Amino acid sequence: MYNKQHLDPHDDTSAQRPDFMPYQNNGGTVVAMGGEDYCIVAATTRLGLGFAIPTRNVCRYAILNDRVVLATAGMYADTVALHKVVTARVKVYQQQQEKPFGLFSAAQLLSNTLYYRRFFPYYTFNVLGGLDQDGQGFVYGFDAIGSGEKVKVVCNGTAQALIQPILDNQVEKKQQYENKQIEKWSLQEALDLVKDVFTSAGERDIYTGDAVDICTVTKQRGVVVETFPLKKD
Amino acid sequence: MIKLDVFQPTFGLDKEEENVVVPKEELYCSTPLAPSLRWNVLSNNAPKDLTKFHHGTTTLSFVFSEGIVAAVDSRASMGQYIGSGSVKKVIEINKYLLGTMAGGAADCTFWERYLGMRCRLFELKNKERISVAAASKILCNTVYQYKGMGLSMGTMIMGWDKKGPHIYYVDSEGTRLKGQKFSVGSGSTHALGVLDQGYQWNMSVEEACELGRRSIYHATHRDAFSGGYINVYYIGPDGWKFISHEDSGFDKHYQYATEKATQQQQQMSIS
Repeated sequence: MYNKQHLDPHDDTSAQRPDFMPYQNNGGTVVAMGGEDYCIVAATTRLGLGFAIPTRNVCRYAILNDRVVLATAGMYADTVALHKVVTARVKVYQQQQEKPFGLFSAAQLLSNTLYYRRFFPYYTFNVLGGLDQDGQGFVYGFDAIGSGEKVKVVCNGTAQALIQPILDNQVEKKQQYENKQIEKWSLQEALDLVKDVFTSAGERDIYTGDAVDICTVTKQRGVVVETFPLKKD
Repeated sequence: MIKLDVFQPTFGLDKEEENVVVPKEELYCSTPLAPSLRWNVLSNNAPKDLTKFHHGTTTLSFVFSEGIVAAVDSRASMGQYIGSGSVKKVIEINKYLLGTMAGGAADCTFWERYLGMRCRLFELKNKERISVAAASKILCNTVYQYKGMGLSMGTMIMGWDKKGPHIYYVDSEGTRLKGQKFSVGSGSTHALGVLDQGYQWNMSVEEACELGRRSIYHATHRDAFSGGYINVYYIGPDGWKFISHEDSGFDKHYQYATEKATQQQQQMSIS
């Protein structure tokens, strides 16, 4: 029964704790939508843990520069670590190259940053939104290990399955063959839609609630953040 | 033991968690063991959504008299949820080389982008384009180094080099095969049935593309994990060319249905 090998703290060949889990899901939902001359990136502020709500006001977005914003759902500790890495890399680039970091470069940087942790991933689900050189809004959605796609509108996080179908229907007019011409959304219309989907998701997802930080990116004003309150229960 | 199918509230604990077995060595330990650095995060009970993005797929490619045709679907599923319906599963490595994507989306895109870099470095060193054989072998050797670590990719590397059109199948197990016809993914069996039935060496580019489309369509029809749009590429002596992007579940479905109905009507009127 007694096995000296297993008592040696420096011996890493000893058995492993089967119940140790370095990940936790803190929930959260992020939405991004790109328009003709604007981009909206929104992230909820509730931090969930199992059935508890330890905090109602966390920041799930990172403003990379005046035209690119990153928002992250999933594990909050990884979110903070990831934002720290990405914002630092963007700052170093801008100092060295003396030019702003573009949206497409940010998407590639994020993808690589996530993939370099392929065998111990960041438990994060990212959306990246911003303006390209011409001031047109674009967004990217990513999975936890860095696979991304450029889209018009995207939702990630715990309420993804609730929100994404609504966005597909309203923004991309998916499968609406009778009425396939896609209208252009004004900034105000887009903001109203984003607020609506979060309000609705808050009714059905326990990890979505309290408030949502909405970052609006425009060429004229840069990044403007507003906080839209959701139900606190 | 007889299991009764009765609802029992678990109060937030998964049933598996109730039966956590404390390892024997820990029972005899005064202090808990530190998590080992050799602990493999992903093989244990890690969250399922961590790497389970993008699993079902249908991709195919084949060589014929005029070159190569590659056709793919565009669905990415995370379990039951469709993560995306508009994935680009053909990866443009350079002007003459294409790769297809099946398995993990991140694994495929990352390593095929890396392959693009290696191919460019080869060109700069050797002042000539890399052969498809060499390119596919770079990818194969790269993923072989990671064998057993959980990479998941099934890809076809296609291109036109000095010796003409070539297709290589490369997967994350380290397999690398040369061939004329390949199909990869959960819908591959459905696609191959249609492809084998309609395949001829002498086809026009249009006929070949339509065969590719039709094969993918039938796979999306019967395989729940395949769907979305059908993307078709053609590779000729001057490199690859993007051919078409069509909705598989609606436009293509009703087009084929109408064609079938007209054919049946014609047969009826003949007999």
